[in-house]
Amino acid sequence: MMNYAVEVRDLRVVRGGQVVLPSLSAQVEAGSVTGLLGPSGCGKTTLLRSVVGVQRVAGGEVRVLGAPAGSAVLRDRIGYVTQAPSVYGDLSVIENLRYFAAVIGAPPDDPERVVAAVGLAGKEAARADRLSGGQRARVSLAAALLGTPKVLVLDEPTVGLDPVLRAELWALFHRLATAEDPVTFLISSHVMDEASRCTRLLLMRQGRILAADTPRGLLASTGARDVEDAFLRLVGAAS
Amino acid sequence: MSLRRTTATARRVLEQLRHDPRTIALMLVMPCVLITLLKWTFDASPHEFQAIGAALLGIFPFIIMFLVTSVSMLRERTSGTLERLLTMPLAKGDLLGGYALAFGAVALVQALLVSALTIGPLGLSVAGPAWAVVLVAVLDALLGTALGLFTSAFARTEFQAVQFLPAFVLPQLLLCGLFTPRDQMQTALHWVSDVMPLSYAVDAMDKITSRSAVTGALIADLAIIAGAGVLALALGAVTLRRRTE
Repeated sequence: MMNYAVEVRDLRVVRGGQVVLPSLSAQVEAGSVTGLLGPSGCGKTTLLRSVVGVQRVAGGEVRVLGAPAGSAVLRDRIGYVTQAPSVYGDLSVIENLRYFAAVIGAPPDDPERVVAAVGLAGKEAARADRLSGGQRARVSLAAALLGTPKVLVLDEPTVGLDPVLRAELWALFHRLATAEDPVTFLISSHVMDEASRCTRLLLMRQGRILAADTPRGLLASTGARDVEDAFLRLVGAAS
Repeated sequence: MSLRRTTATARRVLEQLRHDPRTIALMLVMPCVLITLLKWTFDASPHEFQAIGAALLGIFPFIIMFLVTSVSMLRERTSGTLERLLTMPLAKGDLLGGYALAFGAVALVQALLVSALTIGPLGLSVAGPAWAVVLVAVLDALLGTALGLFTSAFARTEFQAVQFLPAFVLPQLLLCGLFTPRDQMQTALHWVSDVMPLSYAVDAMDKITSRSAVTGALIADLAIIAGAGVLALALGAVTLRRRTE
């Protein structure tokens, strides 16, 4: 039997009278770097919020590491990075991370470790609101790396980053995913060319999962040249 | 709840304030300037200053902390940091307790400064112990903090949060006995003023300035102010939802 870090069954979410996810089922393999790809507005963020347990749901079931999403046992095992960086703009980088580390109960030297991991060494004393958007996003990511999370849910973490840095962050994700104590990644993106960096893909459109496969398997089953092409073929086949 | 997380939250709120020296200056200096101005306007009738000076010592910290807290909490919601904290192992009590602790500390400094100025150079005569004046001022500040935390849940924008000041605070100001003694109000208004916590702040300050002993009635006033603060904090905790639409 496959070992799943995240299992979503018949998830239904209604927001402001609009059905965002009619009935969605999906799995995320433990230790995978799973990309959730789809156009903007297709319900990616709503699905991620449901996995983290901050989304009010209308039906279905979401389990993370075997426990219902949002349950108290998961709170120091799941890290969530929202699309807009959620850090205190009026605190320095290190003050932000020290606070979140204290809340999680991470070791005292953990803030320095995660600052280095996201390539912000030397910026510790800078106020978060004086950083560029990409740097602020990395502070937000660093906060999610604190402690020993088992599942990291990242909403468009690489938007607006320079290609070198983006490659470094993906390398970091893979390093953590293949570590002795592996971290499972669920990463959303509306940029299809990030697909090749994932070990698993979930293609999403209009609140539904179009396909769940490895990048290679997806290209083979659709006969497409790239993921963008595969997406188009899947949409064409469905309509 | 955990002591480590509560104190970490209090330290973080104070660090945010430290990065904003202008707000600290406003919180500490403004009440001193206002009370001095008040003294000056009643230059010709010192007994009027005697009557309302003490009441204002309790009202200023309430208003200032209400404003500062409701805006800080709203920022916590709109910046996404509240949502992040609620996905972490942080109890709601840790967050609210941290805010209360941090603003309570600022309120203590504020109360010490304003009380020393008012009782000293401005010459307000206080029959009771000076520490009781400071205690009432700090309790009022905590009440303002607690109400600010609670009401911020109903504000979507900073504009709305600021409008809650006239909505929640001005009625209490009108009915607390500052303008008209409460026992001379219409019966219906008297009842309303009886359930507004600020009324007990003014009553308590009146008792401290006029009587030298700490009476049971004064302790009852203090208990009511503290109880209202705890109630507002509990209501504030109910408004913090881990799951939102």
